[in-house]
Amino acid sequence: MSLAAHPILEAIHLTKHFATPPGFLQRAKPPVQAVTDVSLAVRKGETLALVGESGSGKSTLGRLLLNLMPATSGDVLYDGRNLGNLSASALRQVRRDLQIIFQDPFASLNPRMSVEAIVGEPIWLHSTMSRADRRARVADLLKTVGLAPEQAGRYPHEFSGGQRQRIGIARALASEPRLILGDEPVSALDVSVQAQVVNLLEDLKHQFGLTLLIVAHGLGVIRHMSDRVAVMYLGEIVELAPVDALFETPLHPYTQALMTAVPVSHPGLRRPRAILSGEMPSPTAPPSGCRFHTRCPHGRPLCRDEKPVFERLDDDRHVACHFWKELANAGAGSLAPPPASAAYVTRLDLFKTAQATMESHP
Amino acid sequence: MTAGLRDVLSVRDLTVRFGGAPANVIDGISLDVAAGRTLAIVGESGCGKSVTSMALMGLLPSNATVAATATTFLDAPLLGRDEKHWRDIRGNRMAMIFQEPMTALNPVFSIGDQIAESIARHRGLSAKAARARALAMLETVRVPDAARRLDAYPHELSGGLRQRVVIAMALANAPALIIADEPTTALDVTIQAQILSLIATLQAETGTAMILITHDLGVVAEVADDVAVMYAGRIVESGPVAALFDDPQHPYTIGLMGSMPSQGPRGGRLATIAGRVPTPAEMPPGCRFATRCPFVVEACRTARPPLRAITPGHDVACIRAPLEQHLGAAA
Repeated sequence: MSLAAHPILEAIHLTKHFATPPGFLQRAKPPVQAVTDVSLAVRKGETLALVGESGSGKSTLGRLLLNLMPATSGDVLYDGRNLGNLSASALRQVRRDLQIIFQDPFASLNPRMSVEAIVGEPIWLHSTMSRADRRARVADLLKTVGLAPEQAGRYPHEFSGGQRQRIGIARALASEPRLILGDEPVSALDVSVQAQVVNLLEDLKHQFGLTLLIVAHGLGVIRHMSDRVAVMYLGEIVELAPVDALFETPLHPYTQALMTAVPVSHPGLRRPRAILSGEMPSPTAPPSGCRFHTRCPHGRPLCRDEKPVFERLDDDRHVACHFWKELANAGAGSLAPPPASAAYVTRLDLFKTAQATMESHP
Repeated sequence: MTAGLRDVLSVRDLTVRFGGAPANVIDGISLDVAAGRTLAIVGESGCGKSVTSMALMGLLPSNATVAATATTFLDAPLLGRDEKHWRDIRGNRMAMIFQEPMTALNPVFSIGDQIAESIARHRGLSAKAARARALAMLETVRVPDAARRLDAYPHELSGGLRQRVVIAMALANAPALIIADEPTTALDVTIQAQILSLIATLQAETGTAMILITHDLGVVAEVADDVAVMYAGRIVESGPVAALFDDPQHPYTIGLMGSMPSQGPRGGRLATIAGRVPTPAEMPPGCRFATRCPFVVEACRTARPPLRAITPGHDVACIRAPLEQHLGAAA
C-alpha cells in the first residue's frame, strides 16, 4: 500500500455536537458530543472500516464524511476540495460520486415506488438519458447486483431482505459513484444472505474500482472485508491500523477488549477471559482525559487527567493511549485462528464447488 | 442426548400448523434437554426456531394447532393441558428470556414491581417479601446499585441492564428450564460477552436446563453443550457441539458454517447458500432443503430423509451424508 497516497476523502478536526434546543419549561440540555475532533484519510481504492459499539459516533462520522449533515466544526476534503466551500452545482457532482447503502433494507426503500423507479431515480436526477436508455441501464444494474431484470416492475415488499439490500446497492451504483459508504450494510441480514451481499460488494469493488467505507459492529465481517480499520469509542478514534495488524496485535486496551469479547469460532477455543465491565458513558458528559479511562483495566491517574495524543507509529498504525507500549501484548494471541477440522474443510470445498456448478448451470 | 442426566424436557415429533396454511411450520421435531445442559437451536429467519419456543411455552395464538406424539416436562405431560396449568408453569418452572428487552418489559411499571409480580403470583409471598426477593434477584444478575434501581422504569436503563432485568425476572422463581430466544442479538459485543458469561455462571450455580435459540454460530460455539440445526421447520442435524463444528454433515450446516466470516486472516470468498427459505405454500415434498442444495439428487425431492445417527448422538437428515463418500462413489 503506497503510504497516504491520494486520500479520496479526508476529515480534518471534524466535530459534531447535537444540541437539543431548550423548550417550554425545559432547561437546555448539554449537547450530545457524537464526534469529537476526528482526523482521518480514506485512501483511493481501499476498504476502510469504522468500528465501534452503539453510541461510538461511527454512523455520524460516516454521514459527515458524505456531507449528509453539516459538521459543528472541522472540514471534509474530497479530492483535495473542501466540501464546505463548494457551490451547489459542484456539490451535486460530488453527491453522484459519494453514495450510501443503508442498514435496514425495509426502511430505506420507498414502498410506493417500483424497483425501476427506485434504481432509475438517481439516473434521472443526474443525467439527461432518455426513458428507454434509462430502462436499459436499470436492467443492466439489476443484472450486476444479481437480480433478474424482469423484476424491475415489482415493489419492495415483494422481495426478501437480501434482495432488497441488492436493490439498495443497485441504486447506489446508478450514479456511477467512486466511493460507497455502507452503513451496517449486512447486519440486518441472515448469515447466509449476509455472505452473498459481502461477496457482491467485494466483486463490485473490483469491477468498478470503488473505494468502500464500511460502518459496522460485526468484527467477523470487518476482518473479512477491510484493508484498514478505525476503532471508535465515544466519538473519537482510538486506534487506526491495517486489518491484520489490528486483529493480531491490538494496541489500544479498548480494541483489545473488543477482540476478547468476540464469541469464539469453535467450542474448543472456549476459555476464561477478562470481560470489559460497565457500559459506555453518556456522550453528553464524556469522561475527562482519555475517554476510556472509566472502563479501562489498565487505567492510571495520568489517563484521567490528560488526553492521550493520537500517535502515529512507523508501520502505518495510529493509537491514542498513554501506555500502549507497555500494554501492547496484553491482548495478543486472544484470537487464535480457528482450527478447521479436515472433515469440515473437505466438505466445505465440495460445497463451494457444487455451489459454483449449480450457479453456472441454473 | 446425554445418558445419565435426567431430562427436564423431552419432546417427540412436535408439529405446529397455522389455520389455513398448506404445510406444517414445525414438522416433527424432537428435543431433549437435561438439567444443567444447554441445547442451542440454530437456524435463520423463518426456520421455525421461535415458533418452537412459543409452542413449548404455550404462547401460540389459538389458530395454531400444536401436536406431538409425546411431551414430558419434569415427568409430567406438557401439551394438551388447560390454560390454568400453563399459567402455573410459565414464569415459574419454565421461563423465557426474550430478544428485545425493551419490548419484553412493561414501560409503565418499575422493574422492581415487574420482578415482584411473578414472585408474588407463583410463591404467594407478601408484597414486601416479594420486593425483597426482587432486590436479591437484581443483585444476583449483578445490576450495580440494585436497591436504587428497583424503582427505576425500563426506559431509564441501558440495553445491557434491561437484559439483566429480564434475566432476573426469568430466574426469580428458580425455573427448571429457561428458553432464551436470541438473548444477546440486540446487544453490543462487549455487553454480549457480559450477558453470556452471566448466563453461564448462573446456570452453573442453579443447574437450570436451557434452550438457547440463536442464529449466531459464535454464540453456539461459546455456550452450547448440544446443538440442533433447524431448517424450514425440521431439525436437519443435531449432536454435541464439538461434533457439529468438527464433523458437520448436512449440506445446510456446512453452508451455514462456510458463510460465517472467520476471525482469521481473509480466506477467499465466503460460501453462500443460493435462494431462500421456502414459504409454507412452496414447501417441497421431500427434503425441504432440496430447492437450495447443491448436492440434490432425485431421491431427495420425493421422500423425506430420515434423521439417522452418523455416530452415536450425532444425527443427520441427509441421504447423501457423509458427502465425500457419496460423491466419491458417484464420480
